Amino acid sequence: MDNVSSEKTSFFRDPDKLALFYQFVVMVGVGLLAFYLVSNTLANLERQSIATGLGFIDKEASFEIGESLIPYSAADSYGKALLVGVLNTLIVSFIGIVLTVILGTILGVARLSSNWLVSRLSAVYIEVFQDIPVLLQLFFWYAFFYEMLPSPRQALNPFTGLFLCNRGMIFGVPKWHSAHGYMIVAFLVACVIVFFLKRWAKKRQEATGNIFPVFRVALLLFLGLPLAAWLLGGAPTEMNAPRLSGFNFKGGVSVSPEFAALLLGLVLYTAAFVAEVVRAGIQAVSKGQTEAALSIGLKPGQVLNLVILPQSLRVIIPPLTSQMLNLTKNSSLAVAIGYPDFVSVAGTTINQTGQAIEGVAMIMIVYLFFSLSTSAFMNWYNKKIKLVER
Amino acid sequence: MEDNSQQQDTSTVKPPVTSVGAIGWVRTNLFNGPFNSLLTLGVLYLLWISVPPFVRWAFVDSVWMTDYMACRNIDGACWSVIPANLRFIIFGFYPHDLQWRPLLAMIILVVMLFYSQDRKRWKKSLLYLWGVALVIMGLLMKGGVPGLTPVESSQWGGLPLTLLLSVFGLASAYPVGIILALGRQSKMPVIKSLCVVYIELIRGVPLISLLFMSSVVFPLFLPEGVTVNAILRAQVAIIMFTAAYIAEVVRGGLQGMNKGQYEAADALGLNYFQTMRLIILPQALKIVIPPSVSILISAFKDTSLVVIIALYDLLKTTQSTLSDPKWMGFSAEAYIFVALIYFVCCFFMSNYSRRLEQELNTDL
Amino acid sequence: MKLFKICLTLILTFIFISSATVMAGTLDDVKAKGYIQAGVNGDLFGFGKPDEKGEWKGLDVDTARAVAAAVFGDASKVKFTPLTAKTRFTALQSGEIDVLTRNCTQTLSRDTALGLDFCQVNYYDGQGFLIHKKLGVKSAKELDGASVCVLPGTTTEQNVADFFRANGMKMNPVVIENTAELAKAFFAGRCDCLTSDASQLAGTRAVAPNPGDYIILPEVISKEPLAPAVRHGDNQWKDIVNYSVLAMINAEELGITSKNVDEKLKSTDPKVKRFLGVSPGNGKALGLDEKFAYNIVKQLGNYGEVFERNVGTDTPLMIERGLNALWTNGGLLYSAPFK
Repeated sequence: MDNVSSEKTSFFRDPDKLALFYQFVVMVGVGLLAFYLVSNTLANLERQSIATGLGFIDKEASFEIGESLIPYSAADSYGKALLVGVLNTLIVSFIGIVLTVILGTILGVARLSSNWLVSRLSAVYIEVFQDIPVLLQLFFWYAFFYEMLPSPRQALNPFTGLFLCNRGMIFGVPKWHSAHGYMIVAFLVACVIVFFLKRWAKKRQEATGNIFPVFRVALLLFLGLPLAAWLLGGAPTEMNAPRLSGFNFKGGVSVSPEFAALLLGLVLYTAAFVAEVVRAGIQAVSKGQTEAALSIGLKPGQVLNLVILPQSLRVIIPPLTSQMLNLTKNSSLAVAIGYPDFVSVAGTTINQTGQAIEGVAMIMIVYLFFSLSTSAFMNWYNKKIKLVER
Repeated sequence: MEDNSQQQDTSTVKPPVTSVGAIGWVRTNLFNGPFNSLLTLGVLYLLWISVPPFVRWAFVDSVWMTDYMACRNIDGACWSVIPANLRFIIFGFYPHDLQWRPLLAMIILVVMLFYSQDRKRWKKSLLYLWGVALVIMGLLMKGGVPGLTPVESSQWGGLPLTLLLSVFGLASAYPVGIILALGRQSKMPVIKSLCVVYIELIRGVPLISLLFMSSVVFPLFLPEGVTVNAILRAQVAIIMFTAAYIAEVVRGGLQGMNKGQYEAADALGLNYFQTMRLIILPQALKIVIPPSVSILISAFKDTSLVVIIALYDLLKTTQSTLSDPKWMGFSAEAYIFVALIYFVCCFFMSNYSRRLEQELNTDL
Repeated sequence: MKLFKICLTLILTFIFISSATVMAGTLDDVKAKGYIQAGVNGDLFGFGKPDEKGEWKGLDVDTARAVAAAVFGDASKVKFTPLTAKTRFTALQSGEIDVLTRNCTQTLSRDTALGLDFCQVNYYDGQGFLIHKKLGVKSAKELDGASVCVLPGTTTEQNVADFFRANGMKMNPVVIENTAELAKAFFAGRCDCLTSDASQLAGTRAVAPNPGDYIILPEVISKEPLAPAVRHGDNQWKDIVNYSVLAMINAEELGITSKNVDEKLKSTDPKVKRFLGVSPGNGKALGLDEKFAYNIVKQLGNYGEVFERNVGTDTPLMIERGLNALWTNGGLLYSAPFK
């Protein structure tokens, strides 16, 4: 600075000092704003003698929740009720994401199909489902479920063990038997074997060029080992079948219409966006790649697996992540159709305790946690597949 | 005939019948290969079992302009629910005899949107025109000038409210989003971290939690006796939400800029604000126009969430109609109608953004 | 960053310009702005809901109008804010509304912990069950294992859970925020029974595809005194709301209706004269016009008229007076004397 001029640089001309000044001003501004809001809030809470703090977490919730993954009754605490809500949100988001990716990929590929009818239909689907608010779709599907299906006493019974009625879908599950434990162990063993098999096959291919049919062997292992365990365990066939007693079915596993409507609405809506992401990803790989791969004698399946997918995944992953997050966030609309997700349970909690600030803060923190952890995972995955690329 | 055609065949060789014309088209596009043929048949079957019953329900067995009694004993759709309640669905609580005003405002909006479609008209003057149009629309909605009776904003509802929340929301969120994006790119650590925290925080939570915040928590933030209108609170929540998404889109545009642009601007001796205003933003914003339109689309759809905090937007007025004993049970018809409105608007916007994307692509 | 500051200032000014300040007592404030802002349900037919033209209709709506008639002599000087179960108390606490007439149950904890005061009850209700006849259920005690549609509310969910627990039964609740959606789900058979305040059950049954198929079970599992609420600590305003409701009840006791109120002005009965403000005193004591009760009765009618107009036997709700009859007719309505 000395060599520019000997005279003192004015404060407003020195970028470094100015930067400090600006930051100071912004910090003070934000601080004042925060102070203003917090002091107002405290004054309001004090004046209206509204209870504060998280003391309610241990109190008895005294409301029932329709469906829960863990045992819950009205005698449990608010804390447990909220946990039930979190788990409900997680399960619907998780299943939703898996189904969305599958359906979205199918639609995205169908959009590029050479079959005119299929590609047109897929285009129409994408356009229609993208352009209607998801909340409206949820209302529609929910109405569809309870208006179309019969009551439990006239439940549809397409095949033994499965009932469809307006209380949901109820299906039988095998009664617990020690053989089922062995089957799970056998499946895990199969997973480990396949993992090492894949590594070995890859090394062998790099060394000798011989291709080992990993896929077929893996399939055999995945199905064969549990089956063998089942047979060895005595081949139990007893089912925990649902039967009508009183108002509803007892036994079996049931999927409620609220859950089904929420899942269907979210999946159909988000899949339309995922389809566009997948289509863009596939189109991003130039046609020359496919032609080149075909010309060196790869089969179409191999072309997709070895050439197109690894490249298009790089394009697909970031927008796909944000669609997954959108699905998770949109699951909060469950409150409108009566699925007891976290927002719904927190809403009831706010109603009963009158502690809105704590309730809304909890909603935000939980979703923030979901979002940040999902994007952290996807970033890790994205980096991983980037490394595979050369 | 036989002879004739054979003679023609010798003079001009036509391609085989099976690869041109209707049959040829069907063969290449629908039945090229066993898998595709199966797929086509399956899809055709699905269409066959789903479309005719729907058409019968929606058009053949339906009634259109009757009162509610006539709807009780029919098998088809009762579209009468819409004409009978149309004005409430569209305009909400807006005074009945003044409803030409929001109608006119919406027409102005649509005309302006159509007018601004053409990129040749994108000049400063268009911006001024928009300013004038917005003021006129505001005056029409709010009144208060001679000749127009004032109408409280709490009486606004239906489609005008949906449009207001989304269009005004995006318009106000844009500058905020640009500032956030610039802040995120800034070298000043305090400002940068504030912007990052804000953007990530907002993008990490669902809109509905912000709406809850605006409706149940925000009133507690204000000093005793100060209140803010519920629509404005929801509007602020939507602006805050949209701004974070715009910030990310604009950041994409900023990162897409060539580094040389910054260096050239520095070499010219421009300061930060001049660089941004004159060099960087005009170019970056051009890149991000298409994604901005998709943000507008999602903002438009997301405004339907204000249903949950009991603002009477298009979806809520429809539901309100459906809770009337006379019309309860015709939700499918009413929802389809509303879905159609949303679809038409979004379809128009997304088509436009796609066309724009192509046009801008060829420009570069 | 100047831009940032400017924007912040602009936003803040924007917020404060468009905000109204209510520092003084509610009455002065209401008089200054020229209307009353009332919080209502918005979805509940017969209590608070707009009709096809966007006109507000209902018992709660008319209660708010009565307050406007008392304050301004004009029942139309009231604006309505539709509120959800979640937003209603915050709206009152923050001063967004002046009076909450949204079928709120008066309870001790709300009266004390939420910074509000309940006024004279304008509807006595109780929670019950609506059920389809074909299920053959005669008593709520036979509902073990049932799916229960719960209309959104705060005490409703708790009451029904308490009832099932107290009787050692299991339930499967279906809770939907939107009244209309829930009623539709119930009629379609999503739940075995629907529980809510009896008034709402009657309303819901009235709109059933086949109302005769549904019965209301005899058990009433809770007491639900529905009352208008005001902010805690403003006694004058509370008195005004109180006596606006009582005026409607008192008018019915005195046999004054919107039709005969002008004749009654000439009445020689000292009770009637005091009530209608012919002998002055009541209005001044409340800080209102002497004719406030006259205005309420003239413009809205007495409680019986308001009840019959909105929820009575000629409306789709077909609710009997029951608990809401005058004490002389076996009900609970009993007005404090206007003297």
